[in-house]
Amino acid sequence: MLRTSAAIAAGKALRYAARLRGGGSALPGLVAERVDPQLLARTLAGVPGGIVVVSGTNGKTTTTKMLAAIITAHGKRVFTNPTGSNFTRGVLSAMLGEIGLRGRLTADVAVLELDEWHALQFAKLVTPTHALLLNVARDQLDRFAEIDTTAKLLATLAGQTSRVVVLNRDDSFVFRIAETLQGKEIRYFGIDPEVADQVPALHEADVRFEDDSAPPAPTPADGLLHPVDAHDFTIRFGAVDQVGPLSLRQRGLAAMVNATAATTMARAVLGDAFRADATERALRAVTAPFGRGEVIDIDGHPLELVLVKNPAGFTVALGTYGSEPVATMIAINDDYADGQDVSWLYDVSFASLREHGVAMTSGVRAYDMALRLDYDEVLVEQIEPDLAGALDAFLTAYRGQPTRIFCTYTAMMALRKLLAARFGLAGFAQEGE
Amino acid sequence: MQPTSASKGRIVLVHLYPREMSIYGDLGNTRCLAARIRRHGYECVVHDHHPGMPFPQDAHLLMGGGGQDSGQSRVEDDLAVIGDRLRGLATDGTPMVMICGMYQMFGHAFITSEGVELPGLGILDVTTRGQSTRMIGGIVLDTEWGEVVGFENHSGATVLGPDQAPFGRVRVGHGNNGQDHTEGARTDNVIGSYLHGPVLPANPAVADALITAAAERATGRAFEPGPIDDSLADEARTRQIARLRARGTGKLKDTAVH
Ligand SMILES: [Zn+2]
Repeated sequence: MLRTSAAIAAGKALRYAARLRGGGSALPGLVAERVDPQLLARTLAGVPGGIVVVSGTNGKTTTTKMLAAIITAHGKRVFTNPTGSNFTRGVLSAMLGEIGLRGRLTADVAVLELDEWHALQFAKLVTPTHALLLNVARDQLDRFAEIDTTAKLLATLAGQTSRVVVLNRDDSFVFRIAETLQGKEIRYFGIDPEVADQVPALHEADVRFEDDSAPPAPTPADGLLHPVDAHDFTIRFGAVDQVGPLSLRQRGLAAMVNATAATTMARAVLGDAFRADATERALRAVTAPFGRGEVIDIDGHPLELVLVKNPAGFTVALGTYGSEPVATMIAINDDYADGQDVSWLYDVSFASLREHGVAMTSGVRAYDMALRLDYDEVLVEQIEPDLAGALDAFLTAYRGQPTRIFCTYTAMMALRKLLAARFGLAGFAQEGE
Repeated sequence: MQPTSASKGRIVLVHLYPREMSIYGDLGNTRCLAARIRRHGYECVVHDHHPGMPFPQDAHLLMGGGGQDSGQSRVEDDLAVIGDRLRGLATDGTPMVMICGMYQMFGHAFITSEGVELPGLGILDVTTRGQSTRMIGGIVLDTEWGEVVGFENHSGATVLGPDQAPFGRVRVGHGNNGQDHTEGARTDNVIGSYLHGPVLPANPAVADALITAAAERATGRAFEPGPIDDSLADEARTRQIARLRARGTGKLKDTAVH
């Protein structure tokens, strides 16, 4: 046990130091991981109610937050990695804040967001009891190289899960994973097939091919989304059980699908203890996570920050927000965390911005973004690669009006810092990876 | 931005396999060509060619992109069917831009890492070998149309035949094989290249070279360019070239973390 204590002490000391500096959340985990790679496994092994891993390309953070909120609303103690640092180290970092030097985690259930690759690394150390697999889309292609590879990573994760795997029945990359699984309970979530034709597609058709495979007919364990309108929806389980109608604080169909995924998994984790009223309460109250349509008050007017990181996500974001046009800025960086290849901007249609134009493009690839918009006949008023200059010019030009910024990851981090300084938002710049 | 006067002629642009072979934004090449053709004052018909479909009678300009292995295997049978037609068009001077996977398939052969030889169309005298490491990153070339910038992402290493001209010389990045500083291949008006980005929007001189040949084929007259403001493309290109050059003229560090 000596080694564990040393690892925890070392990690905790660094976590404190990193906090003082306002630094990132993954470094302390890295140190503890070096000292004792088994720390994660041993500590999580003591969590009695299940180790749930949430993975997929889009919606991990939102879904994880919703799932943790639902389980918490049932009176359970949940350990989660709420900072969006979806690496094994981020999990360790979060854990170090919650355990004593003995390495005991006082939680009933662990709900962990992990990207496809890190979920597999995690599963080498800890066997997940439950896996919730959301979708497969092109993202960070310079990292995973091929979408087929990403789908295989998720299939391997599902194979390593001990009890329940919850799959998206609307994503052929995901529901096909069922064919590879044996000896596990499989549940599905998705849009009710009865209404699916009235709902816009959430992923790109060009990377999926028509074939004969289809998900099995829904059972009462499967959560089916019924959107009522742009805000209200119901999640149905068989003919009798349902959650809702309710509306979320976060806008859009993608968030409703995430709520359906989280609720389907919560029923699997909680079993007979699952209650619709507690779930509805939790879902109504959950706020949008970091960068998923957060609204900042600028002198009484809303500024929305929308994180965009891949074609599917940007397309969904434009569909969600484009219907209510406001002054728009787009900030594109190309660091590692943004995706270094900006080609993906050409797999998004910006036609919905044509009518009102774009007020500003910014970031390292501001001119590439403006060029992309030009090819979709979208007028761009100003181009300013420097984020600080662009933000000031944008907010000055549209003072007193609602504004919206679509931005890639590192652009968002920089903008949050600037906004925190300009408008005295305590802690606003600290969140995130 | 819209053509105002009567059309100078009708150009048919064929996008080969837009579902299977159009990854990493390659669709942007088609969008760019179609928009520029219209801005030059010509009418543009974009014809999406899917596997199993009859190949169009008129084809003045062809675009093909990169794909995943699963996408490539889906188009192989169709390429065998339309191969003679494509070879005929290429010999006849039809402009084509083939990126990544389609570039490889326009070559003589692709030899997998297991040593299996898959024959290509043989329009370009190149041979590609599969390998486990990917060549990824920003890339700058010198070409006859000036400096060209893009983003390469390929695991195949391509070698040019003795008389095969490259598309460009590598200034920053890997190119065909990371060894001989060549990138892509060019025969008559057929360009093969590993450059995504997509390559044409930020490098309009290359796009217009293809359009020039297409317009002449479609109308039988010399190309009559229209006024196009390329200042955005020029800014995007020169800024990215400056960044990549500042990082060093050697090979860029691979970005893969695993
Ligand atoms: Zn490629």
